[in-house]
Amino acid sequence: MENIWIKIGYALLTIFIVLNYGLLLQGLFRKIGARVGRRHGIRIWQPWVDIIKNYTFRSRIYHGVMFYLGPVFRLTGGIGLLLFLPVIYGTEMFNNFSFTGDLMLVLYFQFFGVLGMALGAGESGHPFSAIGVSRGLSQVTALELPLTLGVLAIALQYHSLNISEIVAAQQGSILNWTFFTNPFAAAAMLLSFLGSMGRSPFDVVLAPQEIPIGPPTEFNSSLIGVLQLNRAIFPVAKLILFMDLLFGGATNWFELIVKTFFIYFWSVFVGTVFPRFRVDQSVRWFLSIPLILGIIAIILIKF
Amino acid sequence: MSKEDLEKRTVYSPDGEPIEIDPLNDYFLDRRPESYAPRNGVIEQFANWARAESLWVLGFGTGCGAIEMRPLMTPRFDAYRFGIQWRPTPRQSSVFVISGYLSVKTLKRVIRSYEQMQNPRFVVALGSCTINGGMYWDSYNTINRLDHYLPVDVYIAGCMPRPEALLAGFEELKKRIKAGKGDGANKYAENFDWYKANQKKIIKDWDMPDYNW
Repeated sequence: MENIWIKIGYALLTIFIVLNYGLLLQGLFRKIGARVGRRHGIRIWQPWVDIIKNYTFRSRIYHGVMFYLGPVFRLTGGIGLLLFLPVIYGTEMFNNFSFTGDLMLVLYFQFFGVLGMALGAGESGHPFSAIGVSRGLSQVTALELPLTLGVLAIALQYHSLNISEIVAAQQGSILNWTFFTNPFAAAAMLLSFLGSMGRSPFDVVLAPQEIPIGPPTEFNSSLIGVLQLNRAIFPVAKLILFMDLLFGGATNWFELIVKTFFIYFWSVFVGTVFPRFRVDQSVRWFLSIPLILGIIAIILIKF
Repeated sequence: MSKEDLEKRTVYSPDGEPIEIDPLNDYFLDRRPESYAPRNGVIEQFANWARAESLWVLGFGTGCGAIEMRPLMTPRFDAYRFGIQWRPTPRQSSVFVISGYLSVKTLKRVIRSYEQMQNPRFVVALGSCTINGGMYWDSYNTINRLDHYLPVDVYIAGCMPRPEALLAGFEELKKRIKAGKGDGANKYAENFDWYKANQKKIIKDWDMPDYNW
């Protein structure tokens, strides 16, 4: 597996599988959301058609270079996060570009797309974009605190910044999962995970009925298509990260699908039950219970 | 937006530096709309299929008929089953439902929203008011025939048509798009002067730019 071209081939295969799985999850969970509201909801293949449709628009509007680069950065953030993760533990094929110390890089990549999108949406000049961006950045900043504390607690627990080693340490039994060996870090991370999925109660950023979908308001045709691709890839990449850190990783695609489905379902379950927070409420919430849990996790690991 | 907002003016930054602002040139494009030729053969057919199966409706209720659009999102009619979804911004929508009568004031907003939508865009006119004025035919501030101002793809007659009729109208629109007849945006670009002249005839205080996409 020394040949870089073979590696690139496997990376493209990973992206392809994850993209389709992400679109399937999107359709499935929109259908579940509709069934909760006693509707039939969209057809399960609707996300694919929506993307194709957006790429077949004949005209498009640009507001400048950064406006064009915003969605590109966002997609780069999603794909970058995915490619530095060991997707399937123990296989050379789907470990992609995972290396020693990738945990720090992955944390950075989570934030990368948000920043790129903030610049791009800012250049569109739409007031709703600016409101959405300011809300998004304050919320992401708040939820990064418990997430980072949880990740640091896990790094201290396993004395490693390498995700592959962290996954390796959890093998053997379900009780070896970080979820059971370090419950406080897991709780802090899973609560901040709710915010990063952009679902209710933390969907003030897009807020469809309030500020017409926030940052992407001005993005049209193929630009929104790029954002939709990222909306399929990025959540799955995040799910894989959480699966690797908390639930012992996956040794085959079936295990990956089962585990990521239930991690995603956690955010969908909360989202269909609870109404939307205002942005000040959500920031305050992240700085209360999840942050306290994160601090407890760090203190327990240290002593 | 009022007329004063569009006038040239000088504003001062916090440092006292003067900044010239000419809204018509700074905030809007100064290009006429272009007509885009469709792609060839199978590719265009596939694109038309995708456009027909993914109708994103601009959520802009222009008249009393907007009340008939709401039930389509509810469990009873549930238009999402047919690939019809609501979108809050004109930039991403492809279908504009003109729901009932259009007052002159609303027509301004409708024109601006319509022009901000991207090229294959479709207009569904809902109710008799859009066909011949309906019960508002002699009103002093509503328009009578919508297709003098915007190219219309499908009319749904009735006062008001029920949500079922609206669903049937959307199915008709899908058939038209799949047959390659949904070419309103190109028609608008090609007959731009005629449409603009008609719009300016009815909107007396024209206080918006001519080109705003």
